[in-house]
Amino acid sequence: MRPYEYVRAEDPAAAVALVSGDPQAEYLAGGTTELDLVLKDGVLEPERLVDITRLPLRAITQAQDTLCVEALVTMSELAADPTVSERVPFVREALLAGASPQLRNMATIGGNLLQRTRCRYFRDATAPACNKRTPGSGCAAVRGPARMHAILGAGEHCIALHASDLCVPLVALDTVVDIQDVDGSRSVPLTEFYVLPGERPDIENVLEHGELITRIRIPLLPVGTRSGYLKVRDRASYEFALTSAAAALLIEDGTIVGARLALGGVGTVPWRALEAEELLRGAPATDRTFRAAAQAALDAPFTVAGTAFKVELAKRTIVRILQDVSGVRS
Amino acid sequence: MENIVSADTDVDVMLRVNGRARRLRLDSRVTLLDALRDELELTGTKKGCDQGACGACTVLLDGKRVLSCLTLAAQCEGREVTTIEGLAADGRLHPVQEAFIRHDAFQCGYCTPGQIVSAVALLQEGRAGSDEEIREFMSGNLCRCGAYPNIVAAIREVAGQGSE
Repeated sequence: MRPYEYVRAEDPAAAVALVSGDPQAEYLAGGTTELDLVLKDGVLEPERLVDITRLPLRAITQAQDTLCVEALVTMSELAADPTVSERVPFVREALLAGASPQLRNMATIGGNLLQRTRCRYFRDATAPACNKRTPGSGCAAVRGPARMHAILGAGEHCIALHASDLCVPLVALDTVVDIQDVDGSRSVPLTEFYVLPGERPDIENVLEHGELITRIRIPLLPVGTRSGYLKVRDRASYEFALTSAAAALLIEDGTIVGARLALGGVGTVPWRALEAEELLRGAPATDRTFRAAAQAALDAPFTVAGTAFKVELAKRTIVRILQDVSGVRS
Repeated sequence: MENIVSADTDVDVMLRVNGRARRLRLDSRVTLLDALRDELELTGTKKGCDQGACGACTVLLDGKRVLSCLTLAAQCEGREVTTIEGLAADGRLHPVQEAFIRHDAFQCGYCTPGQIVSAVALLQEGRAGSDEEIREFMSGNLCRCGAYPNIVAAIREVAGQGSE
């Protein structure tokens, strides 16, 4: 654990200037990923930590059919928001299915988007092969024991999972990420925010060094749409997903007219199941439709011995959440 | 050479711990947990996994339960920290502490300070509606002795007193 300089930022512009001007500087928010990797695992070695927890980015506001959530809102605070419960209840379900009450009081929404993988080879600084930690060194997980790893968006260079629960409904909802840098700001859809590992697993998203997430904008579901989040895991609580699914359906006279579906526990990035959505829209709300959607979502998995079970488990997770949300079991 | 800390990696911090202002000069890497235990000699808060997994280090920060092992002391400047030592008032144990004794809600006792602080927060959050809810919202506190049934019973009892 190397010494670092601790700096407390007073406003977003100052924070962005501090990190942008120093390639060895990193942001510190809730700390549940950053301090774990800096202090405990020794995987990250910043020379300067810029504490952004005092920045005035804690508001939740509603503008028409969009919920604007500033980056330092905690998971607990967002889960307690009445508009979330009313208009995007599966966001609340996903939040409360993640981590523990203590961690949810600490972890921020911006930080949740940027949480690092739980891949044990990435988090073990003594493991020699990890393309995410040391580009070009190989992937120990592809050859060694693996289980809590990705099967979608994965490949021979990396099977590290993006373990967020929250991001699963967020990606299904076409959430937008607002980003600030030294020159101004830009917005990126969450579906385009993450970068598949490909040959450069160390590049995880579109952020440039020093760019700061200031806010996310969550489109609310149309009235009448039902949603749900299902998380399958080894323990009933306080455990990462083996598979999970977030679904929102609008059904009229037995026909699915609106469908959003995303998967967790299986992707190198929070996984939007667009092919499955396409199949669902316009189709009758039946088990047969749900099974076809599940098949489409898991059409081209990349598995190793330890993760092969996830293909069938993810399909069943999809069918179950579609049954639960639609109320149809036929 | 890496262990030599230069002056600019030290930080001055003022914490309000159990109602008392405490001024410290610390290496910026010192966690709230280590500051409490090693600098302030408040050893009631326990270091279990020291990696955010077990809940033994749970304290209240501005009234909310957090893990002190994943919080920098420097981040707590000016904030209110409540530890297990701060729960008893006027020489009387907190009702949750009394209930833990009455229900024998521990064996080795190592996780107990974290369990009790977490339970106090759970009751404030209104999450003691059923045994199932208590279990879910205590899931961040592990007990390797397996005292869970008695922990749930103790919390349920205090929740019942509150509503009567």
